[in-house]
Amino acid sequence: MLVYILKRLGTGVITIWFIATATFTGMHMVPGDPLTTERGMTDNIRENLERQYGLDKPVIEQYFLYMGNMLQGDFGLSFTEENRRVNDIIRESFPVSATLGVLSLFFATMGGILWGALTAIYRNRLPDIIIMFLVVLGISVPSFVLAGLSQFLILNLNQTMGRSILPVAGWGGFEYMLIPSLVLGLSTMAYLTRLMRSSMLEIANSDFIRTAKSKGLSTQRIFISHQLRNAILPVITVLGPSIAIITTGSFVVEIVFAIPGLGRYFVQAVAQLDYTVIMGTTVFFGSFLVLMVILVDIIYGFIDPRIRVQAAK
Amino acid sequence: MQDSSLSSYSPKPADFIPLTKQLDKHGISRPSLSYWQDAWIRLKKNKRAISSLYLIIGLLAFTLIGPLLWSINPNLQDLDAISQGPSFSKQALIVETPANWGGVTIDNFPSQPSPNFSGLLSSTEQIEIVGQATTQYVRLSWQPVEGASAYLIYRNDHIPESPEDLGLPLGQTLAGNQVSFEDRLQLNAQAYYYTIIATDGFNEASTFTTQQVDLTLAISARQADLRNIDVEVGATVSLPGHPFGTDYLGRDMLARTMYGARVSLFIGIIAPFIFVLFGTLYGGLAGYLGGSMDNYMMRVADFVIALPFLLFMILFKVSFGIGPGENGIIPMMLALILLAWPGTARVVRGQVLLIREADYIQAARLLGANTFYLLYRHIIPNAMGPILVTLTFAVPMAIFTEAFLSFIGMGVAPPTASWGSMSNQGIRNMLSSPHELFFPALFISITVLAFNLLGDGLRDALDTRMRGNE
Amino acid sequence: MLMTNRILVFLASTLLFLLSFSAYPQVTEVSGVNPETKTIQLALDQEPPQLDYMKATDAVSFFITEHLQEGLIRKNARNQLSPAVALRWEMTGTSVTFWLRENARWSDGEIITAHDFVYAWRRVVNPATASQYVSIMYSIKNAEAINNGQAPLESLGVRALDDFTLQVELESPTGYFLELMAFLLFYPAREDFTEAQDGRFGADVENMLFSGPFILTEWVHGASLRMEKNPMYWNKDSIEINAINIPYITQDGAARFNVYKDGKTALEGGLVGLTAEELEGALNERYRLRSVSDGSVFYLGFNHSDGHITANKNFRKAIQATFDSVELVNKVLGIASYVPGKSLFPIYMNGVENKFRQEYIVPEVELNLERAREYLELARQELGLETFPPISFLIDEGSTGPIVSQYFQSFLKQNLGLDILIDVQTFKLRLQKTDVGDFDLVLAGWSPDYEDPFTFGELFASWNVNNDGFYKSDEYDSLVRLVQSTSNQQIRMDAMGEMQDLIIEDVVILPLYERYITYVQDPRLSGVLFTVTGGSPIFTYARIQEEQ
Repeated sequence: MLVYILKRLGTGVITIWFIATATFTGMHMVPGDPLTTERGMTDNIRENLERQYGLDKPVIEQYFLYMGNMLQGDFGLSFTEENRRVNDIIRESFPVSATLGVLSLFFATMGGILWGALTAIYRNRLPDIIIMFLVVLGISVPSFVLAGLSQFLILNLNQTMGRSILPVAGWGGFEYMLIPSLVLGLSTMAYLTRLMRSSMLEIANSDFIRTAKSKGLSTQRIFISHQLRNAILPVITVLGPSIAIITTGSFVVEIVFAIPGLGRYFVQAVAQLDYTVIMGTTVFFGSFLVLMVILVDIIYGFIDPRIRVQAAK
Repeated sequence: MQDSSLSSYSPKPADFIPLTKQLDKHGISRPSLSYWQDAWIRLKKNKRAISSLYLIIGLLAFTLIGPLLWSINPNLQDLDAISQGPSFSKQALIVETPANWGGVTIDNFPSQPSPNFSGLLSSTEQIEIVGQATTQYVRLSWQPVEGASAYLIYRNDHIPESPEDLGLPLGQTLAGNQVSFEDRLQLNAQAYYYTIIATDGFNEASTFTTQQVDLTLAISARQADLRNIDVEVGATVSLPGHPFGTDYLGRDMLARTMYGARVSLFIGIIAPFIFVLFGTLYGGLAGYLGGSMDNYMMRVADFVIALPFLLFMILFKVSFGIGPGENGIIPMMLALILLAWPGTARVVRGQVLLIREADYIQAARLLGANTFYLLYRHIIPNAMGPILVTLTFAVPMAIFTEAFLSFIGMGVAPPTASWGSMSNQGIRNMLSSPHELFFPALFISITVLAFNLLGDGLRDALDTRMRGNE
Repeated sequence: MLMTNRILVFLASTLLFLLSFSAYPQVTEVSGVNPETKTIQLALDQEPPQLDYMKATDAVSFFITEHLQEGLIRKNARNQLSPAVALRWEMTGTSVTFWLRENARWSDGEIITAHDFVYAWRRVVNPATASQYVSIMYSIKNAEAINNGQAPLESLGVRALDDFTLQVELESPTGYFLELMAFLLFYPAREDFTEAQDGRFGADVENMLFSGPFILTEWVHGASLRMEKNPMYWNKDSIEINAINIPYITQDGAARFNVYKDGKTALEGGLVGLTAEELEGALNERYRLRSVSDGSVFYLGFNHSDGHITANKNFRKAIQATFDSVELVNKVLGIASYVPGKSLFPIYMNGVENKFRQEYIVPEVELNLERAREYLELARQELGLETFPPISFLIDEGSTGPIVSQYFQSFLKQNLGLDILIDVQTFKLRLQKTDVGDFDLVLAGWSPDYEDPFTFGELFASWNVNNDGFYKSDEYDSLVRLVQSTSNQQIRMDAMGEMQDLIIEDVVILPLYERYITYVQDPRLSGVLFTVTGGSPIFTYARIQEEQ
C-alpha cells in the first residue's frame, strides 16, 4: 500500500511539472503581457517596469528561474495586486473557498445520493418526475442567475421581516456560508442525483440482487447493503475532481456574495495576464487535484475490494 | 406379439423419396435481434424517450424552418423599441425628425450667481412644455431662479411621494440662465413627472415643482423612411409586433432566438457528443487495460483537467488567427473537445474497472473475444448509464461555456446571436426587462430537458440486463 | 458501506468544524451609517492593488490613498485648491516655493518636513522604483532625464531650503502645476520608514505611515478594510467621520447595490456608477438618485496610420456627418445623465473665467446624409477603390463596447453601405491590439489627470504615447507646444480652443459621450465630495445627521 501511494505521488509530481510547463508556455504565447495597461507608457518607463519584474530576460531564462523558485515554494509577486506574494494570496483565500466548497460538497453528495436513490426506487412515478424536473431546472439555470436570484430573495426576506435574517453578502460565520454553498453545490447535486439514479437502476437488475432477493432478504437490507453500496461507486469517481474544482472556489458565487475566496483569481488572473498568479493558482490547483484523485482511488479500494486487489499489484 | 401392424405395412413409393432439408424446422418464431435493434425497439416503447425525440425535432424545426416563417432580420435594430416586452402591433404617429434645439437662454440673467448672494434658492416656477410631447422628445422650459448656477432635471414615472422620490436624474444645465432641457432618454408612451431643482453647485433648493407630461407614441420621419413607410408627417402607422419582445438594441427576440439556436445547438450538441465519445473510448481503454497503462492514461487526464481552461481557450482563438467579425465557433469547439473529455473518461474508467471483473467478461474472453470486441460488445453497453448522464450534462455545460466566453469577449462576434450571449445580456436587465433573459433561458432549459429525457430512455433501452424484463 | 458512509460524514463534519473556526473575523456593522459612533460602511469593487501611492495607478488605490495621505495642497469641500501641508505658496515663471505648516505630523507623531517631499519625489522618478505614472512629474526640472537614467537623482529640481520651505524648479512654465500638488504621486514619504520596509512599503497596515485625515487600522486582503480618524492629523477637529468600514469587496455591481438596499452601506455607485438596471431598482425603492461627472470622455478613435482607410479625411468626415451622439446616448445607451459627446473637452472644464465650453463654442456638425455620401464618394476616388473593404472595430466586452459597436455597424451599413467587422477581445488583448495599431476603429476613453483642459488637449500630440490612432499634424503639435510654453491662461485657452476646432475639422476622433456616475446615498449622510480627478468620492468633509 505504501509503495503504491509513493509511486502515485511520484507520478503526481511529474504530472504537475507537465502542467506547469504547459501553462507557462501557453501564457507566454498569448500576445501582450501583464504590464500592458490602458494608459500608454514611454518605452523607457516600460523598460523600468520590465526590469523590475524580470520580464526583460529571455523567456527560457524566466522559465528556469520560475521553476527554481517554485521548487523552493515561492510563487513570486502578483502583477495586479502589486505588493502581494502569490503564496499569501493562496494562503489567505484558499481556506475561505475550501470552507465553502466542503460545505457545498456535503450538501451535494448527501442530496445527490438521497435524491438519486429516491428516483431509482420510485422510478417513473411522481417523486421521480418531480425530482427530475428540479434537476433539469438546477442544471439549466446558470449559476449566475441562481446566485443573483437567491441574493435578491434574501434581500426581500430581510426587507419584509424588517430585520436581518440572513446576510446579503460578505463573509464571516455560518450564516454567511449557508446560501452561497447551497448555490455552489446545486449543479453538482443535480449531476450526482442523475448519476446515482442511473447506477442504482443498473444495479437493481444484477444477479447478486436477484440472489439476495431469492435468499429472502428484506428489501431494506438489500437496498442498504447491496444496492446503495455498489451504486455509490461512480459517484465517488467523479467526487475526486469535484472536490478539487469546488473547493478551489467558484468565480460566480464568490463575486455575487462578495466572498474573499480563491475562485475569482482563476478568471481574473487569466483576463489580466497576471503571469505569477496564473502559474501559482494552476500549480496549486493541479497539486490539489492530483492529491484528491489519489485519495479517491484509495477510498475506492476500501469500498470495493476487487479494485484494491487490482491496484496493489 | 403385436406384429399385425408390421405385417399390414406395405411400403409406398413415396416413402422412398429423400427428405428435403427443412432449415426452419426448429426455427425461432421471432426474428433474431442484435443488441442495437433490440435497444431501438425498447426505446420506441419508452414514452418519455419518444416525447423527448419530438422535442428535439421541434427544436430543430424551430432552428431550421422557423426563420423561413418569421422572416425578420435578427440584426435589424429598432431604436424606438428598445427592450420592449412581448407585444403585438402598435399605432404610432409620424413626426418631424428632431432637429437640434438651441434651448432657452435668458440673456439678461446672470449665468453664475454673484458671490454676494446669500439668500435661499427658491423653487422653479412655470414649467412649460415646448411643442408636442412625443416619445421622440420632450422639451421643457421654466423661469430662472435667483442665485442658481445650474438646474437639475429629474424624471419620474409616478407622482413623487416624498422629496427623495424624484426619479431619474436626467442631467443638469450649465448655467443659471439656461432654463430649458430636452429629454430624449428612452421615452415610452406614458405619463412622466418632471421635476426641476435649482442649485448653486453645492446646495440645492429645498422646494421644487413637478410637472406632469403625457406622451404619444411617435416615430421620426427619418425612421419611417428607413423602414420604407411612405406616409406623411402627422399620419399614424402601425408598427410590427414582437412576440418575444425586443432586446437592448431593439432587435426582434424571436428572430434572434431562432438564429441563436444555430450556434448554441451546434456547440451544445456536436461538442459534447465528440468529447463524450472520446472520453468513453479513452476511459474504457484505460480501465480495460488496467495496471501501469491505466495509471499513465489517467495521469494524462489529470493533466488536462488541471490546465487553466480560459487561458488555453484564448490561446486557441489567437493561434487560429480568428479575425474581426469572424465567429470562432470552430476553435471554441476544438478547445471544448480537447479540454473537456477527462470528466467522462474518469467515470467510464471507474465503471469499466467494475465490469471487467464480471463473470460474463471472463467467459467472453475465454471464448476468444478480442479487446475491441469486448469493449464494444460488453463493457461499453454495460457502462452506458453513467455515460449517458455525463452526455446529458455536457449539453448545458457546453452552452454555458459559450455564454461565459461571450461574457469575457471570447465568444461569438456580435451581432451573431447565441442563446448563451443572449442570456448573458439578459441577466444585466433581469429585473427591468425579464423577457430578455426568459426566452433564451427557456430554450436552453427545453434543450436540457429533452436530452435528459432522451438519456433516460436510452439508458433503459440500452441496459442489457433489462432485456426481456418488460 | 455504512462504515464508509460514517467515515465520510465524520470527515466532512470535522473539516467543517475546523474550518469554521478559521473563518474571518466579523467586521460588519449593523448598519451603513451609525450616527452615534459616526461610522460609515462602504463596499468596494476591488481590493486596492497598490497602496504604495508613489506607484499607484488605479481608482481604488487612489480612493483609499486620498483618505490616508495628504500632499502640499488639497481639494476643499467646495472642490477648490486649499492649503494642506503647505500653508502658502508662490509661483513665478518656472520656480515655485512652498512654505509648510509646522504642525503637520505623520501618524507616528513626527513632523512632516520639506525633506519628506524631496525624498518622495526623488523616489518616484528613480528608474529603479518603476513608477508607471511618473510622466506626470516630467514638468519638474530633470525629472525625465533622471527617469531615463541620464541624470543623477540629486539633480531633480526640488530642494528643501530648510525643514519647512520647499523650492521646485520646473522645466517650463506649467499652468496646471498647483493642480498636480493634489495628485497622490506628489505626496510626501519619510525616508527612514519607507526604506525600513524592505520593499514592502504599502503592502500591509504595518508597512504604512499616514499623513492624511485617516489611518488604515485593518486590512484583510481581498475581504475588508477599516480606516479610522487620524489622531495626529493637523486638522482632525474638522473631520466628523470617526471610521470608514469596508467589509464588502466585489466587482458585481448588482451585489453591492443589494447590500446597500439591505441598509449595510452608506453610499453606492460612487466609484462605479449604478447601471440602468440598478437605477430601475433604485426608482422602485423611491431612492433619491444623484449624478455627477466622473471626468471621463469616450470617443471613437480612428487609425490614422498609412494603409488604413480611416487615414482618409473624407472617409472620416462621412462617418462624422451621419453620426448622432444624442441618439447614441439617449436611445441606445439609455443611461440617465450621460452627456452626448460634442467635443474632446468635457463640459465641466473651466476656461479663463467661465466654463471652457461656454467660452469656446464647439463648431456645429450638421447631420447630413447627402453630404456624407459625397464625402464617401470623394474618399473612394482618392483611395482608388471600387468598393470599400470591411473595416474593423476593436472593442472589449466591458462597458459599452458591444452596444456602441453594434450601433455603428448597423447605421453605417444602413446609411453608407459600409461593412463593419466587430473585433471583440478580452481586455488585455484589446490593449495589446490598440498598442500595435491593429484596428481601424477603436472605442477609447480618457479620464483627466488634473483639472485643466490640457489633460485632454495633449493627447493628440504626435509624440504622446496615448495617441492610439497615431494622429500627426504639425498644426496640432505646434498648438500643444504653445500651451506648454506659457502659463498665461488666455493664450493657453485660446490655443486649446483652436485644438477643439481642429479636432472637429480634421475628425481626429469622434466624441461619443461624457460619462456620469449615478449614485445613491443614505439620507443621513451629506457633504460627500465628488471630483473628476484623484480619489473621489471623498468622505473627509462628510457629515452625519441624527435620525430625520
